[in-house]
Amino acid sequence: MSGWLQHLPILPVLLPLFAAALLLLPSETRRRSRAAMALAATLAQLAAAVALLGMADGRLPPAWPGEVAVYALGNWAPPFGIVLVVDRLAAVMLTLTAALALAALIYSLARWERAGTHFLPLFQLLLMGLNGAFLTGDLFNLFVFFEVLLAASYGLVLHGSGAARVKAGMHYIVVNLVASLIFLIAAAIIYGVTGTLNMAELAQRAAMLGGHERTLFDLGALLLGIVFLVKAAAWPLNFWLPAAYGAAAPPVAGVFAILTKVGVYALLRFATLFQDAGAPAPFGGDWLFYSGLATIAAGTVGVLAAQKLVRVAGFLVIVSSGTLLAAFGFAGTSLTGPALYYLVSSVLASGAFYMVIEMAERGRTASADLLAVSFEAFGLQAREESEHPDEMGGVAIPAAMAFLGLAFFSCVLLLTGLPPFSGFVGKFALIAAAIAAPPDAPLLHAGLFGAALLLSGLAGVVALSRLGIRVFWDSERQPPRLQWAEAGPVAGLLLLCTALAFGAGPAMSYFDATARSLHDVQVYAGTVLPAAEAETAE
Amino acid sequence: MEIVLALAIGILAGSGIYLLLRPRTFQVIMGLSLLGYAVNLFIFGMGRLRTGAAPVIDAARGSDPALYADPVPQALVLTAIVIGFATTALFLVVLLASRGLNGTDHVDGRESEKP
Repeated sequence: MSGWLQHLPILPVLLPLFAAALLLLPSETRRRSRAAMALAATLAQLAAAVALLGMADGRLPPAWPGEVAVYALGNWAPPFGIVLVVDRLAAVMLTLTAALALAALIYSLARWERAGTHFLPLFQLLLMGLNGAFLTGDLFNLFVFFEVLLAASYGLVLHGSGAARVKAGMHYIVVNLVASLIFLIAAAIIYGVTGTLNMAELAQRAAMLGGHERTLFDLGALLLGIVFLVKAAAWPLNFWLPAAYGAAAPPVAGVFAILTKVGVYALLRFATLFQDAGAPAPFGGDWLFYSGLATIAAGTVGVLAAQKLVRVAGFLVIVSSGTLLAAFGFAGTSLTGPALYYLVSSVLASGAFYMVIEMAERGRTASADLLAVSFEAFGLQAREESEHPDEMGGVAIPAAMAFLGLAFFSCVLLLTGLPPFSGFVGKFALIAAAIAAPPDAPLLHAGLFGAALLLSGLAGVVALSRLGIRVFWDSERQPPRLQWAEAGPVAGLLLLCTALAFGAGPAMSYFDATARSLHDVQVYAGTVLPAAEAETAE
Repeated sequence: MEIVLALAIGILAGSGIYLLLRPRTFQVIMGLSLLGYAVNLFIFGMGRLRTGAAPVIDAARGSDPALYADPVPQALVLTAIVIGFATTALFLVVLLASRGLNGTDHVDGRESEKP
């Protein structure tokens, strides 16, 4: 049994790969069997991710010695072969991906999957890229998995076609292709200087470089950081995001909520690996902190300016990316744990939000939005208050409308960080950690950070209540029709956030343990390269 | 040899970036291709330039690493070429779809107002 279990780390990559290949075989008309296959594959990924999550923390009996699992592909020893590495951070990201993907998949099966061809295989390939990017311990493999997930995401952005999608998709593709080319340059420079692509060995060799080589290495790392910042949608590299996410089909946008976090994850991973070597600018310190603040500011302005809910959602994704970047740039390491908690909560909430928006706006026309804007601008009353003031007040609230209202309200609370949901816990923990940060952190930083978080939350509340009023109190609309398969996943994601809020204690201690093991690079490097560790020790 | 390679990479990358910033989708895709070539040559160069050295170990020449070129960048270039090829093909499809939907080859899907 344990012999099989040690192959668990490769499952999140292999399962979606085979599922995608198999899903291509039955014709598009056999919906039931295709849906069953996609669901089974995603459920299996969730199970594998949860098992890894338990094992990384020692709750379940681990199939490997030590904290970090190293899976050598083809059994080639690490500096030469390619490795997959599972630590707590990777396990958390895998579980988050699988949970979000399951919700988005169920949602898409109700309707959106039929908007075009090959949705399900592309979706599985996207998962494969995501899982691989979180698992890999090799710089070039990270590039390959980035390309896998991007190639799938190009297809998914265009799912359903239409002029708006093609236009937004084209900009998205060009930006990401250029970013990929920069990634290649960065990987090549780093390989040329250090002679390795293994991330653990990279961390050790980087510390030994000096002179010209060090300058070249810094240059390579700088380019690498820029690529991750493009993926993480840091200002000013994020103008593609609201348009692309807003134009994409809602379940796609929902699962894209985690794509920016891949950039954040890669940034965090390399920042911790390079910390002994003295990380170059984009990976930490003041530079990242202020870049994060600028991202929050740009996102906040966008949130206030946007006239459509999907665009607000896009800018909220940018705000959450900015918050994470600022948190990682903050002096000291005490913010990493709360930042991870915030990351999980914000990804789940943004994913749910994109789906809620689509359901709430169903049956409304674009001209209604335009009219509302001009009515607001000129202070006109849209229509007479009521023609018969003596009529019995109140309307029967259809169940769908009540559910949507509740879901929308919960999403707003989550995304803006108001109590009682996990968004509040995350922001509160972040600000508390910033204030209690070690004395070497300037007080100005804590103040700026807290102010940025609170102001962006306030802007979110203002913008969302304004647009929410327009969408939900529009009396001329038909109540939208919902299917169980559409309401269910949204409710599931929101319940998960609620569980995260109620279980904040255990969750936060898990994330703190994650942060501790992340910042202890010796554990990672020592497990991946046991032989090299022994050599340096002698 | 180094200066020739460096010049080639520089010219390719420069032309690529110029074309990338042009408003027509065809120019953009040509720019991406040229930039891709520049990057591939650059990766190749990172394995140090050697002439007459094979990357694959040959029984007749022995196993001294000094006799061989670094195989890793060559493998990386292969992967990068394949991925670049696929993404260029995909972008070509998007380009044609955009042309068909909008009737123009401008990257924004409509002509700019300025003449």
